[in-house]
Formats: sequence, structure tokens, C-alpha cells
Amino acid sequence: MSVRIWDGPSATLDDPQPPRMTRRSFLRGTTAAAGGLAALVAALNPLREFTQQDEFTLDQFLQKHYKEMTPEDMEKALARIRAEVEKRYGVRPHLRDVKPRAGVEFVYALNLSRCIGCRKCVYACVAENNQSRSPQIQYIRVIEMPRGTLDTEKGNHHYTHPKVPDINHFYMPVQCHQCANPPCVKVCPVEATWQEPDGITVIDYDWCIGCRYCEAACPYWARRFNFAQPDLAGDAINPDMSYLSNRPRPKGVMEKCHFCLHRTREGRLPACLEACPTGARKFGNVLDPNSEVAQILKTKRVFVLKEEVGTLPRFFYYFDERYPNSLDPEAVKIGQAIGCFPGSPAPEALA
Amino acid sequence: MIQYLTFLTRCFRLSFVGDWRYYLWMLFLSIVALLGLNAYCKQFVHGLATTGMTDQVSWGLYIANFTYLVGMAAAAVMLVIPVYIYRNRDLHNLVIFGELFAVAAIIMALLFVTVDLGRPERFHHLMLRFNFPISMLTWDVIVLNGYLLLNLHICGYLIYCAYCRRKPGKFFYYPFVFIAIAWAISIHTVTAFLYSGLGGRPFWNSAVIAPRFLASAFAAGPAFLILTLQVIRSTTDYTISDRALLTLRNIVTIAMTINMFLLGCEVFTEFYTDSAHVASAKYLFTGLGPHRGLVPWIWTAIGLNTVALLLLYLPVSRGLQFLNFACVMLIIGVWIEKGMGLIVPAFIPTPLGEIVEYIPTLNESLVSLGIWAFGLLVYTILVRVTVPVLFGRLSFDREYDPNALPEPLPH
Ligand code: SF4
Ligand code: SF4
Repeated sequence: MSVRIWDGPSATLDDPQPPRMTRRSFLRGTTAAAGGLAALVAALNPLREFTQQDEFTLDQFLQKHYKEMTPEDMEKALARIRAEVEKRYGVRPHLRDVKPRAGVEFVYALNLSRCIGCRKCVYACVAENNQSRSPQIQYIRVIEMPRGTLDTEKGNHHYTHPKVPDINHFYMPVQCHQCANPPCVKVCPVEATWQEPDGITVIDYDWCIGCRYCEAACPYWARRFNFAQPDLAGDAINPDMSYLSNRPRPKGVMEKCHFCLHRTREGRLPACLEACPTGARKFGNVLDPNSEVAQILKTKRVFVLKEEVGTLPRFFYYFDERYPNSLDPEAVKIGQAIGCFPGSPAPEALA
Repeated sequence: MIQYLTFLTRCFRLSFVGDWRYYLWMLFLSIVALLGLNAYCKQFVHGLATTGMTDQVSWGLYIANFTYLVGMAAAAVMLVIPVYIYRNRDLHNLVIFGELFAVAAIIMALLFVTVDLGRPERFHHLMLRFNFPISMLTWDVIVLNGYLLLNLHICGYLIYCAYCRRKPGKFFYYPFVFIAIAWAISIHTVTAFLYSGLGGRPFWNSAVIAPRFLASAFAAGPAFLILTLQVIRSTTDYTISDRALLTLRNIVTIAMTINMFLLGCEVFTEFYTDSAHVASAKYLFTGLGPHRGLVPWIWTAIGLNTVALLLLYLPVSRGLQFLNFACVMLIIGVWIEKGMGLIVPAFIPTPLGEIVEYIPTLNESLVSLGIWAFGLLVYTILVRVTVPVLFGRLSFDREYDPNALPEPLPH
């Protein structure tokens, strides 16, 4: 009843032998094979555009995971990267592997009452960290927020006033929060990203396979992916770089804010903080009780973004009041009007 | 060993033999696959910027297809369960086609993940530092490859036994069949957990993702098989009874009913609660302001799925025409719903509330089509080789003989 697909064209019923290789079929087979091969080669043609972007060196291919490298391995890797940077950008970098210091846990505190949304931090970061200029990658996103909400969905990411701040808004910069319970680290299949002892979550750009699972997992949209080969001119290069932070990245890997660890681990401040004209940004070692951030965490009403996702950020926001509420003349007046004033027990019921 | 190698070479040679329809189909698939390969080479050179993906929507068509295909691989288990657990006779000699399809589907799924990687050449890093058991992606790597191996073993063993004209030793494949049943469930569950475990993406962060995933897979997979089995029936003299197809129809109907029910549950929870988390669902179903990219798609999917389900409920779909019609609608409907409809909205708006829409590029679509074509090519070859072997037209003691009368397998 049905046609059988395996009936070879030369097979007929009075030919009991299975089809043998005839010269015709041999020729046909060869032509087909040659045609197939030619098509395959044509399909692979775009690979010829591949310029050796210092990407596929054997040394890099064989390089070990950051945590498995011996000091000699690291020296070799650093030497390779130095040579690559020099060849590509014509700049001899001051590249090193800066280790975390014991007894240090970095936190950031951002004063929302001060931030005016000028985006100076954004561009300082781009310059400091050798981000791709085109397409431009930025680690910090400043959101213009209407009063009365902390829901970033109501904010505007692309405000373009000639002048900031706009009086009806406040400004909320967001970057990697260096979570103490980071989902991005949890999901990475190859451990290309991890949390360092000083609380900074780093990425080994030579280990990341570019699956972007961490980008999907981050609740703060802090991660950035190199969709294209980063475009960076030699004169834009910041030669002060370290392995885990701002050395130039290849295409196809993840990157993000690392609290400028090549600066901060050596006692300097992050570039975004230095660029901030209003002093809204505070940074330091929270384990040192005398540090400014430790004081802020103690005395200010700090909060974290999206506390409900349980990531335990090391990036705190606060609104800076002129006085503690108990001393604020306004607050005192309101308090007295409802029958209570600072220091007195709370009224029992206002019913 | 030698015999096994001869078996492989004979199968390989056999895959080049067929009538003009076979050649036309294979030529078509090869061309599309090569176009896909060409597009992928471009992507490899220029990076994922050749896709429509952005930092805002960082997963797109590839992961959508991956998700869908993991689902399709379940088709096999919907044949295996009736046959091996309920001793269904109609489906008995069809199981192998389901398992072969699972092989092809998993190959496609793995290819889709691979093309999604930014640095595919670092694949070996998975072997060197495997973040197991913390990362769900490592689980997925294990279960998908495991499922592939299981099915390769089962099919390979059965076909090779048929080739040797000997009775398969139960001990060599029965245990694997039962492991494969559990394993099939695990590939969905783990793939669903990939998404539902992310607290930062409320659209995915729901317990119903995994069951919904299973239900839609158990609908689309067998629906696809209903269609392919008919193709096999009309191009070979392999007997496939209408009863078998109707059994599959029942499976599809039930699974699809459950899927629609779960969809309803989700829609209710999202929209009745109307909390801040509803934004992604709103984007999907109603659009957010001017951003309505997925709205026509999802409503097409819901329309297709509803009509398909109604058809399946009606007795008309006992007729093959209507049944096929319903199956086609359902396969497309689930593809939209489980693919783009599940992956993309989770990224819109971003966790910081920015709205950036996603439109796949031509290059990306070509890569995807190429993978599909390659998968179907693999499946066609597998089926093409399997049927004559099962019939004894190609066996250890004779070269391929298309005119030999079908010989029953030793039982
Ligand atoms: S903010 Fe995002 S990228 Fe940074 S540590 Fe937390 S989860 Fe990871
Ligand atoms: S993109 Fe890189 S860092 Fe992120 S999860 Fe994948 S491999 Fe890990």
C-alpha cells in the first residue's frame, strides 16, 4: 500500500541482488560528497574574518582557575596579559593581582539626600575600569525616582534634563551591592564568580564561559556582558589594573562593579566616590568601628534595596536628616500636638 | 566488535539511500542546517551582539528553544510509561521512535545552550570546576547528558539486537528504561528549577513552573509524535495502528487540559493579587504602555491551544485530519508559550524596572532554524536506519536488501 523510502533507484524486483556500487552511483556519490564539502566550506567562511584578537592563545586556554593558580602560574598569566595589553593598546599596564587584606570587609553607604543625579560617578567608573566605550558598558545606573516610592519600576533610567537635580525627584544610583548572600555566585556553573574574604564578588574573566546565568540571577541588574569585542582606544586605557578587576576584558564574558578593588585594597577610595561632587558616597571597612561607614550604619537610618530577596547587600542607602527625629523642631512640634514629646512614653491609644 | 563496526558503517551507508522525497527532504534540511552553521560562524566571530539580546534581556530565542526542546524530549516517556508500566500493546512497537526522538531533541537542546554561550571554547571549564550541587545549571548538564546517554543506550541496544537477529536481554535494557522514566521527569524539573530558583525574577519565582513545564511537555511531545508516526507510516510499511495514534491523542488531551488549568492558576494569582510582581505578566498578556512586543504572540498561543484542546475534546479529532490539525496548533502554541512566553517576560521589566524589548535578529533566527534542521536531520537518519533493521532487511548476515519481506523480530 505504501511507498518505501529505502527503495534504491536501481533496485527492481527482478534484481534480487541488493544495489551494488556501480560506476554511475560512485560518480554520483562523489559529486554529492564534493558538493556537500564545498557547501560546508562556504558555510564556515565567516570564520576567516576572525582576527587574532589575542583571544585564543594556548596559554590562555590552558590557564587554571584563579583559585588553583600557584604564584608562578599567576606571574605567567600576568605577564601574558601585560604583553597582550601592550600589543593591543600600546600601553604598558601596571598589572598585578591585589589580594584582600585580613580584617577588612568593605561596605558602601550612599546618602540619597545628597545625590543630585549628575552621573559623574557613572563616567568616572567607565574611565577607571576600562569598560568598553562602544557599545558603552556602565556599571552604575542612576535612577530618577519620584517622591513617595522606593520602587525602582516607577523610576526613570534615562532622564535627560539639562540640569539636575529636578526638584520633584530624588536620585538613586545602583551598582553591584556585593551581596553577602549572592545569587549570582550560587548559579555560576563553573565558579567563575565568587565572593572574596573582604566581601567583594569578583569574576575571573579568563574562566567565565559566558552563559549569563548570573546576569539573570542578580536582583539588582548589576552585571554586564560583553556582547561584542570591547572597543577601547589606547589613550583611554587606565594602566593601573589588577587581574580580578579592571584589566581589559575579552568579548563573551561577564563583568561588573568590584568596588575598585585594585584601589581600595591598597588603601585608596573607589573612583565613583572620588568623582562624586556632593559627598553622597561613603566607603570603608565596616569591621573598623571608627570608620565612617561603621558610624553611618550605627547612627543613620540605613536601608538596603529589595531586602525581601535575602541577598544581604553590602551597599546601604540612607536619607540624611538634619537632626535625629527627637531633636528636630518640626518633629517635636508635631509630637506635642498629638500629646507626646521626645522622651515621654508613647501615648497609650490615640483612639 | 568488528561486527559492531560493520553495523555502524552499514547504517551510515544506509542513511544515504532513499527515494527522491527522501533526498529532497534531506537536501532541504542540510541547506538550512548549513545556513545556520554559517550564521553561527558569524556569531562566533562577532560575538553575541549579532543577536537581539542585551544586558536587559540577556536570554532570548536560544534559551526559549532550549526550554521547549527539553520538554519535547519527554515525548518518549509518554510512550514508555503506557508500554512498560501499563503493558499497552498498541504502542509497543512505537516506543523506539519516541526514544529516538528524545535523542534528537536532547541533541538540539544541548546545541541551543552551546550557541548561547559567550565563550563556547571554554566548555572544558565545566569539567575542571563544576559548581555542583549549588548551581542548577550543573544539574541540568548532568541530567540532560545522562538522559541522552540513557536513550542512546536503549535505542542502540535494541536496534543492534535486531540487527543481530537476537532477542534483547531484558537485563540489559529493562532497568535503563525505568531509570529513563524517572530521568525524563528530572530533566524537566531541573530545567524548571533553573528558572524558578531565581528570587530576583518574580515571573519565574513560582512553584507552578515545574508542573506546568511537565504538563506542556507531555502535550507537545506526543503531539509531535502523532505527526511523525504518520509520516513514518506513509513512507515505510511499518505498521502503526490508528489505535496507537488515538492512545497518544488521549495522552495529549489530558496533559493539555492540565497545562491550561495551571496556566489559569498562574494568571489568576498574578492578576488578582495585582502586586508589584505582576509587571512581567502584564507585559506578556496586556503590554506595558507602548511596549506590547509579546502580546500578539501569547494570545496567538492561547488561541491555538484553546482551539486545539477543544478539537481534542470533540469526537471529530478521532479522525486523523482533525487530530493532525489540532496537533500542529498545539505544537506551535506550546512553542510560543513555553519558549518565548516563559523566558522573555521574566526580563521585562528588568529588576531595576527598565523596559527594554527583545526582538530576535535574523542571524539569531537562522542559527535557531539551523539547529532545528540539524536535529530533524538526525532524527530522519535514525528512523531511516531503524526501520529496515527492525524488519530484518539489514542484518548481520545480509547487506541491506530493500525487497526482503519483513521478518518478525525474535521475541
Ligand atoms: S548585586 Fe548582583 S552581581 Fe552584585 S553580588 Fe549581588 S547578586 Fe551578585
Ligand atoms: S556568565 Fe560567567 S560568571 Fe556568569 S554564571 Fe555564566 S560562567 Fe559564571
